Amino acid sequence: MKKYFTKKLIIYFLTFFVAVTLNWIAPRLIPGNPVDTMLATYTGPAEGRAILERQLMVTFGLEGNLFEQYITFWRQILQGDLGQSITMYPRQVINIVRNNIIYDIVVLFPAIILSWIVGNKIGAKAGDDKKTDKFIMPVIYALISSPYFWFAIIVVYIFSFRLGLFPSAQAYSGGVRPALTLDFILVFLRHWFLPFFTMFLITLGQWAIGMRNMVIYEVKANYANYLKVSGARDKLIRRYAFRNGVLPQVTGFAIQLGQVVSGAILVQEVFNYPGLGRLMLEAVQRQDFFLLQGAFLALILMVLFANFVVDIIYMFIDPRIRVSYSEEGK
Amino acid sequence: MTAKAKRIFQKIKSNENLYFVITNKKILFGISLFSAVCLFAIIGPYFANYGIGEYVGISAPASLAAPSVDNPFGLTMNGYDVYARTTYGLRSTIQVGFIGSILASTIGIIIGLIAGYKGGMVDEILMGLTNVVLTFPQLAILIVIAGFLPYRGISHMAVLVGLVIWPWTARAVRSQTLSLKNEEHVNLSKITSNSIFSILFEDIAANMLSYIFMVFIQQFLGTIMATVGLEFLGLGPTRGVSLGMVMRNALQEGALYLDYWWWAIIPGLFILLLLFSLYFINTGLDKIFNPELREM
Repeated sequence: MKKYFTKKLIIYFLTFFVAVTLNWIAPRLIPGNPVDTMLATYTGPAEGRAILERQLMVTFGLEGNLFEQYITFWRQILQGDLGQSITMYPRQVINIVRNNIIYDIVVLFPAIILSWIVGNKIGAKAGDDKKTDKFIMPVIYALISSPYFWFAIIVVYIFSFRLGLFPSAQAYSGGVRPALTLDFILVFLRHWFLPFFTMFLITLGQWAIGMRNMVIYEVKANYANYLKVSGARDKLIRRYAFRNGVLPQVTGFAIQLGQVVSGAILVQEVFNYPGLGRLMLEAVQRQDFFLLQGAFLALILMVLFANFVVDIIYMFIDPRIRVSYSEEGK
Repeated sequence: MTAKAKRIFQKIKSNENLYFVITNKKILFGISLFSAVCLFAIIGPYFANYGIGEYVGISAPASLAAPSVDNPFGLTMNGYDVYARTTYGLRSTIQVGFIGSILASTIGIIIGLIAGYKGGMVDEILMGLTNVVLTFPQLAILIVIAGFLPYRGISHMAVLVGLVIWPWTARAVRSQTLSLKNEEHVNLSKITSNSIFSILFEDIAANMLSYIFMVFIQQFLGTIMATVGLEFLGLGPTRGVSLGMVMRNALQEGALYLDYWWWAIIPGLFILLLLFSLYFINTGLDKIFNPELREM
């Protein structure tokens, strides 16, 4: 149990380390130097340019040799200093990121939880019942075969353009000011629904398939046969099969999470919905390196945190780990 | 049935796996659909009535641009042929997917084999690396790297995608290697002091070819998804058309609100068909390689 946990923590730490390093390397990949690129459009006097260049070298952490630059970068990050945005100067990157991450959470959290529950139920039913299986599996395969953004496009076309039920862009309409009033909440929910709905439907398929395969395997296991010959009701066997299938589905959660977050970036793009993914894209288009780095890091931290929570949940629901935990406590 | 056909049939029947492949409905359906989509990418461009950059004619309002005999997939808002864009775009996307997944499979197989066979510290390190890459949201890394590349060709794209997507293969191959490495024939090979290279590839990898093939299909699925996503975000190949880009343009120009649905939806349909067919092939193969699942 302790070993399992340490191992996980090492992985998280490594991931964070790699993320920060990647963040540091990426701007240095561009031929030339970001400062030169930014100064290419500078048209003021030459002395001004020299001062500006010096200033930018300091803010970018481009002073000294590569190793020194790398160390500076780490020091800043550990102090929680993500720098200032270039295009939204002088706003702090950390504040921009904080304003955007809320939207990721309100869409992703309910969508993932709900799709996990519903997907598992569907999968269990399909694994157990041949008729349902024949009918529902092609639908599920079609779901997981559609690219996230394409599915989102279809949702927009049907629910927003054809039926006119929901607005198709932004987190709230331009005329409304964010406040804790009923009006605002209603507007917010109407904008929130389609991105949520898209994420919910499209992630459902993966869970359903995983659970289906688990149940097919479980109902053929010896214990299921034993239950059957001892005259247990089908319902009981099904329940055991489901409970056994749930564990790998929780582990699978961590693996799928990266995919889901990737998909969310695409869905945000279609719905023009704010979030870290959109922020990253904007930063790329405007060459706002600090913003890109900050958003990327926040995204990674979000995924790592979710993984961590799943690990803890896993420890509580897996009887084997739970038992070893309580024995350790003695 | 002629004698020759009979003999061929007998031969196929004696090769059990091949026999199940050609009698499995799911696989047959999957392979036909997959070939059809690929064929469309290969010879589709020759049937295009217009080039990619060729102006066809007035395309507003939307009713004038709807699919017709001359333009089977309709026109874009600026009067270009959607059919041409789709078929050329599909070609580019499949190319990236194919090269990328070969690269990813190669990396994944090598890492998985070594990690599984060597065990101990080597295994810990390699699997640590694998899990780190797996935890990342792939698209986020791809955005960070692709965003900084001034020029992106098909091969750049393939390498980029391949480099983030290999962990799936690595994990799968490792677990298979673990179960194979204590087999008699591997031990025999070890005693006769065969090189580690020959043990890994001739004794272990050769015995999980069917498995590797299935993993390759999954890898291909993943690569195509990632590629199309990147293209849609405007980070695809800098020259030429790609499927994701066509749909990006459609969305940006407001195709959905002016009812040019064919422009935004038809190109993606081909991705759906391509991946759908592969899932069918894979579930079919699963039944063949795991005889337990076969319905007798």
